Amino acid sequence: MRQTFGLRAIALLLAAGLLLYPVVFTDPFYRDVGVTFLLAAISASAWNIVGGYAGQVSVGHSMFFGLGAYAPLLVYNLWGWPPIAGVPFGIALAISLALVIGMPTFRLTGHYFSMATLAVAELIRIFAGTWGLVGAAIGLQGPATGRAWWDLTFRSELPYYYIFLGVLALLLATTAIIENRRFGFYLRAIKASERAARNLGVPARRIKMMALALSAAFTSVAGSLYVVKTGFIDPDSGFGILVSVQMVIVAALGGAGTLLGPLVGALILVPLQTATNTWFGGSGSGLTYILYGGIIVLIARFEPGGLSELWPRLLPRLWKRAHAA
Amino acid sequence: MVGVQVIVGGLLLGAIYALFSSGLTLIWGMMNFINFAHGEFVMLGMYVALLVVTWLGGGPAVFAVAAAAALFALGVGLYSSLIRHVIRGPLLAQILSTFGLALLLRYTAFLVFSANFVSLPPTALAGTIKVAGIFLPVAQLVAGAAALILTIALHILLTRTTVGSKLLAVAEDRAAAMLMGIRPDHMQALAWGLSAGAAGIAGALMATAYPWSPSVGETFSLIAFVVVALGGFGSVLGSLYAGLIVGLIQAVSAFWLGAIYKDIVVYGLFVVLLWLRPQGLMGRT
Repeated sequence: MRQTFGLRAIALLLAAGLLLYPVVFTDPFYRDVGVTFLLAAISASAWNIVGGYAGQVSVGHSMFFGLGAYAPLLVYNLWGWPPIAGVPFGIALAISLALVIGMPTFRLTGHYFSMATLAVAELIRIFAGTWGLVGAAIGLQGPATGRAWWDLTFRSELPYYYIFLGVLALLLATTAIIENRRFGFYLRAIKASERAARNLGVPARRIKMMALALSAAFTSVAGSLYVVKTGFIDPDSGFGILVSVQMVIVAALGGAGTLLGPLVGALILVPLQTATNTWFGGSGSGLTYILYGGIIVLIARFEPGGLSELWPRLLPRLWKRAHAA
Repeated sequence: MVGVQVIVGGLLLGAIYALFSSGLTLIWGMMNFINFAHGEFVMLGMYVALLVVTWLGGGPAVFAVAAAAALFALGVGLYSSLIRHVIRGPLLAQILSTFGLALLLRYTAFLVFSANFVSLPPTALAGTIKVAGIFLPVAQLVAGAAALILTIALHILLTRTTVGSKLLAVAEDRAAAMLMGIRPDHMQALAWGLSAGAAGIAGALMATAYPWSPSVGETFSLIAFVVVALGGFGSVLGSLYAGLIVGLIQAVSAFWLGAIYKDIVVYGLFVVLLWLRPQGLMGRT
């Protein structure tokens, strides 16, 4: 009882903070950081459904992100439609691809799924770089100036911020509902021991498939949001491995398989990344990924539950020390 | 004649694929563990060769042995400091440990060696020879032949020697092996040393004949996945055949479709394999 009260209080505080952030920080730089934070939180929360809750570790989620990013600019470049009209196509493609990968690999151990996701993401990245229709290595460009409001090209960061926040709220609400339904219990059972879950009658393959499809759909939406804001996509920023890395590390740092873990991860990593990029300029990105690699190894070695499991152990100890002093 | 040249070139590169992939399959067979940094080990072997040549000098034999020794040490060290601890943890920790390691090694290599392609200074293996009407660079021929011999040697080590029997005993039943007086931890550390050493020497051999950059690691990891999936997880002999087949497929598709498509064809093969025959051509389920 007390715990749910505490959780609700934290969630309310977080919601209020996120709603008010761009009102308090009016500087475009800080608002841009806010939008980057929301996008990282959305992508990682989407990954979290299959990677965290179901325990099927995808290291190639950029394939869904990229499909969602290319679809809006493709319908714009081919038929002059508003980019936002491409979002359903991105979702449909992402779910189809999820089926192609999940169907064979979910019969096998989790390692096959991880290897397949890495290989397919790389395959699509190379292929997108050779295919003229999607702009090959150069990529696709969106409308330079919006023809009307429905092109969603705003000068200010503010509209993007609240659109992204709305999507994040929808995604977290979906995840929260899943957590307490039978589907959520099935997911946790599969993660704990798939063999035991199967023996108790959990339709493991179908449940994993549904988790992957849902995760793919939301990741695709994250890609669409990214491209609606930046108006540009190329094979590396859509399908590159670093896009997948970002999702994995944000979720794993905060706590994979927890509702607010990805948010906490993004809250730490996005300012960190912004800082290294500002301090070290262009060469900072390489340093950022060395740091990311190191953090991922340390999480795996010492704290696979991420910060969500570190806190409850650390806080009482600090509490005691403060009182002893 | 051009066709024959393409086929021979593909088989020679395929022998090197077989060598480093047999390291990946050894670890999978021993402990059901996939090393996502395996391609980075190959990449490190290449740079060890480069550093040895530029700082100490010496021929291909010297830097190949140096790369094998350095990577063997890295493999043993990694097993005792990292892998040993995550192997009994959740799947997330197992996959993230080597995936993070791959990023760490790749981007550190970018920082230290820059993103430019490099190649070894001409060694004793420079030049081409004409064999049965086709021209072959000596370096490719020697590297391919050496890789073939080493892969067969690894297979013999695992199947015909006491050490190999101990390794297989630990893979088969950890507790029973322990009762027979075998220390599983020592054997698994040895397996990691052999696996990384195979990758390192494969990298050094490849460096004699082909240019490279820090980004090749990811490609080699994926190629090793394809080879191991084709040959069957846990079978060194399987990865020997599969490595040769993958090298051949790459060379032929690069020749007929264009160089960009050679990796697309190979990764596509991986997905098709997962659908049709996940246990590999020679593997057990």
